[in-house]
Amino acid sequence: MTDVLFVLFAVVALGGAAGVVLGRSPVASLLFMVATLASVAGIFVLLEAHFLAAVQVMVYAGAIMVLFLFVIMLLNLGHDYRADLKFGLWSLLALSVSGLTGGLLWTFLADPVPAGALGGAAASAIDAAVAEKGAVGAIADPLFTDYVVAFELTGLLLLVAIVAAVVLAKPRSGEEQEC
Amino acid sequence: MPSSSSSGATAPFADPASSALSEAAALPVQQAAVWEPFLPWMVVLLPLLGFVANGLLALVSATRSAAAVRAGGTEDSLSLDGGRPRTHRWPTYIGPGVMIAAFLLAIVNFAGMLGADLHEPVVAGPYWTWLATSSLRIDVALHLDQLSMIMMLVVTGVGSLIHVFSVGYMRDDPGYPRYFAYLNLFVFFMLVLVLGAGYPLMFVGWEGVGLCSYLLIGYWFADREKADAGKKAFIVNRIGDFGFLLAMFLLFDNIGALDFVSVFEGAEAAFSDNRALVTTATLLFMLGAAGKSAQVPLHVWLPDAMAGPTPVSALIHAATMVTAGVYVIARSSALFALAPASQAVVAGIGALTALLAATIALRQYDIKKVLAYSTVSQLGFMFLAAGVGAYTAAVFHLVTHAFFKALLFLGAGAVIHSLHHAFHETGSKADAQDMRNMGGLRAKMPVTWAVMGIATLAIAGVWPLAGFFSKDEIIWYAGAWAGAPGNANGSWYVVFWVVALATALLTAFYMTRLMVMTFHGRSRLGDAEQRHVHDSPWVMRAPLIVLAVLSVAGGLLNVPESLRVLVFGAAPFEWLHHWLEPVTHAAAEIQVAGMGEAAHQSPVGGGELTWALISTVAALAVVGGAFAVLRKRLYRTAAEDADPRTGLALALERKWYFDEAYDRAVVRPVLALSRWCWKIVDGIVIDGFVNLAAALARLAGWTTSLFHTGQVNTYAFVLALGVLAVLGAVYLP
Amino acid sequence: MLTYALPLSAALFAIGTLGVVVRRNAIVMFLCIELQLNAVNLAFVALSRQVGIEGQLFVFFVMTVAAAEAAVGLAIIIAVFRHQRTVQVDRFNLLRW
Repeated sequence: MTDVLFVLFAVVALGGAAGVVLGRSPVASLLFMVATLASVAGIFVLLEAHFLAAVQVMVYAGAIMVLFLFVIMLLNLGHDYRADLKFGLWSLLALSVSGLTGGLLWTFLADPVPAGALGGAAASAIDAAVAEKGAVGAIADPLFTDYVVAFELTGLLLLVAIVAAVVLAKPRSGEEQEC
Repeated sequence: MPSSSSSGATAPFADPASSALSEAAALPVQQAAVWEPFLPWMVVLLPLLGFVANGLLALVSATRSAAAVRAGGTEDSLSLDGGRPRTHRWPTYIGPGVMIAAFLLAIVNFAGMLGADLHEPVVAGPYWTWLATSSLRIDVALHLDQLSMIMMLVVTGVGSLIHVFSVGYMRDDPGYPRYFAYLNLFVFFMLVLVLGAGYPLMFVGWEGVGLCSYLLIGYWFADREKADAGKKAFIVNRIGDFGFLLAMFLLFDNIGALDFVSVFEGAEAAFSDNRALVTTATLLFMLGAAGKSAQVPLHVWLPDAMAGPTPVSALIHAATMVTAGVYVIARSSALFALAPASQAVVAGIGALTALLAATIALRQYDIKKVLAYSTVSQLGFMFLAAGVGAYTAAVFHLVTHAFFKALLFLGAGAVIHSLHHAFHETGSKADAQDMRNMGGLRAKMPVTWAVMGIATLAIAGVWPLAGFFSKDEIIWYAGAWAGAPGNANGSWYVVFWVVALATALLTAFYMTRLMVMTFHGRSRLGDAEQRHVHDSPWVMRAPLIVLAVLSVAGGLLNVPESLRVLVFGAAPFEWLHHWLEPVTHAAAEIQVAGMGEAAHQSPVGGGELTWALISTVAALAVVGGAFAVLRKRLYRTAAEDADPRTGLALALERKWYFDEAYDRAVVRPVLALSRWCWKIVDGIVIDGFVNLAAALARLAGWTTSLFHTGQVNTYAFVLALGVLAVLGAVYLP
Repeated sequence: MLTYALPLSAALFAIGTLGVVVRRNAIVMFLCIELQLNAVNLAFVALSRQVGIEGQLFVFFVMTVAAAEAAVGLAIIIAVFRHQRTVQVDRFNLLRW
């Protein structure tokens, strides 16, 4: 069952990824992206990372992708696009480089994974933590103890990002307000 | 040599080798006898304050002049028209004021030292530590002993008089405050030179007076020739400074300290087994002294230095700075005494310089050039004295020379000032310094004539004026030491003695010539000019008279016992000699130990009194003979005097071709080398490398700019390529 | 089959890289960058079974960065669009020499 689901999710994720790259319209690429994100969330579930799966769907597939869509709509890019993907020497070069990178990573990453991905050195500890504190608590506990400074810094980072976004996107005084 | 017992009897610690017991017993006495100098730093500081004040005024004045020139006026219009601005009134009081205050302080200190019966130098300070490294520590302190006290009095005393004279002489100069700023700064550095308690501090003053000399020679820097004269003085002095520095390094290397007290205490022990080293060090000091005091072969800058204002020539290039070399040698007498070879060199250079300069002075027409060569010649006498170990005689001549040569320069300045004014009024282009344009000025300038006459007789060595005693003492010691039983260079000393005698007669001749050409005979001025020539105002006349009095009476400072009859017993006998004894006795002891006592007769027999009478009669004869002969001669003005000179006259007028020789041997090769360095080394090699580097950088920039497409995708691609390379490098091997 | 989660992550990363290099639409390039980030997230989660819960924590931080990046990046795109009337990056070559 797990294997079937994994293959299914993997195929959808890869297909979605290909769709993102090949999609002619930004909206199409975006929708393919949503599919990929959802599949990866499914794989997260299979890997016993339930909380992250939920966050993936809500934050990524939900909030961030909606933000992208919102910008596309705002800039009215939905139909006024240019076929920017040309299959030429450049694409071949890019394909070979990214293929080589992927291949290397593949061999690199395939190596240390044990036979059963759900097993592994830390698996029992994680499962015990999940059993004790729940899926959220297992992540929240180290997040608010050992990594609390980093966590607070991410809050600061988001604040800075928000301010930056406002400053960048706001039309300067004297500039015509068009969009 | 008088024994030290007479002066040592009053003080129980006169013998440096006294036992610890007697030292302990003498301690309270010693403390009671220790003399506390009264504000010695103030003497040095006052001229510096004067420099700061006058310098600020000069800045203000210069700013205004620049504004005036920009507005289309001239520099002169500012100070001369419409009343004197404050910047040109205040220096009148500040410049001479600080000098007189410093002189009074110096007198207070002198009186204190006079009453203290001082046998060891008093080191005032240290005020602060200038340099402190592991083994070298240089404190800023003042070395007060009898020698530096004499120098301090001469510098501030003669300096005060010359400052006062300058008020009149420089009155109409637009750079009036700047002039006094430089002059005050010079005095400050000169005091640092003579009072500094160690060679490094002395070197600070040494360089400082060199700087001020440069600034003041090139005071009228708009005149190319004068600016060049300043540069010449500065560059020639660098050669000497190089010697001074090396000598300092040698001393530090061997003794481990550079303050005078330690150096002179440690010198004999440090150099006892290596006399060659102390000879080298002293010869290097001699190089420095020769540069500063214009001795052959570094004398060429001093005559050119006459481009500066005449009071500057009097103060810096006659009375004080150029005697710094003599001071260094007198100060280092304990070192020179250890190196008889160096002493012989000093004496030889001094004698040679005295003779050469005196011969050149015979055929000069510029009144200041004659005096300049006369100064070089008299400095040669001082070196001769220092070289034969007669340090007292050297300092004595230094002091009397400061009086009468400053007087001669100031008198010449009064003449030039008057003539310049006259030529200016009549629009004549004639040279106000050329004696061929003078003549018959006696009737117009009686006071100037009188004081210069006194100075001339003094420098000629006519009894009983100052120069008679000081010069006679030098000649006497040169001869007396020639007869010392242990003197290996005795025959050379005989030569020095003869040269000194001959030079003394030459001196009498060229000075008489100067007087005759300037003040006697037919006036070679036009009628229009004659009406404008007159004696100087009182502010200039008063210093002349004071100096004249000093030139008359200065000789009483050091009347030898055998000549006492010549002053009818009126003066304390050998006062200066006794006064300086604590400074010079170390050197004298070493010299007597090495050579034995000086003979009590000249190389050809005859005592001191005999030769003194002979020399003064000879000097009087030369003066009288020259006066009688030259007065009847009809000189022509500079413009009419076009006869080509030949033979010896030409060589003398060309100053023995020193400048020409240096031009061929040094200046032109250096210029050629510089041009070669410029064209080849700099123009081709260095610029080539620089341009090559620039070309390479440009090539690299052009190549890498090809990757700079402005397309984000390309950058992403290159980035991916880099990731691929890193991954491959990490993983594949 | 779950052992292939890491190779799957490699494949997704490669596709994301390809997209960033070949696409010229700024929005799509951003999407491809998100794709790369997600591939990394997947690797983190898969490896957390091996090294501990920290792997999952880092996913959390990566998501934060992704959100910040998206916010700023999209703001830049809006600002650029206002001037250039396009989001095709080959039209923006002001940085060229």
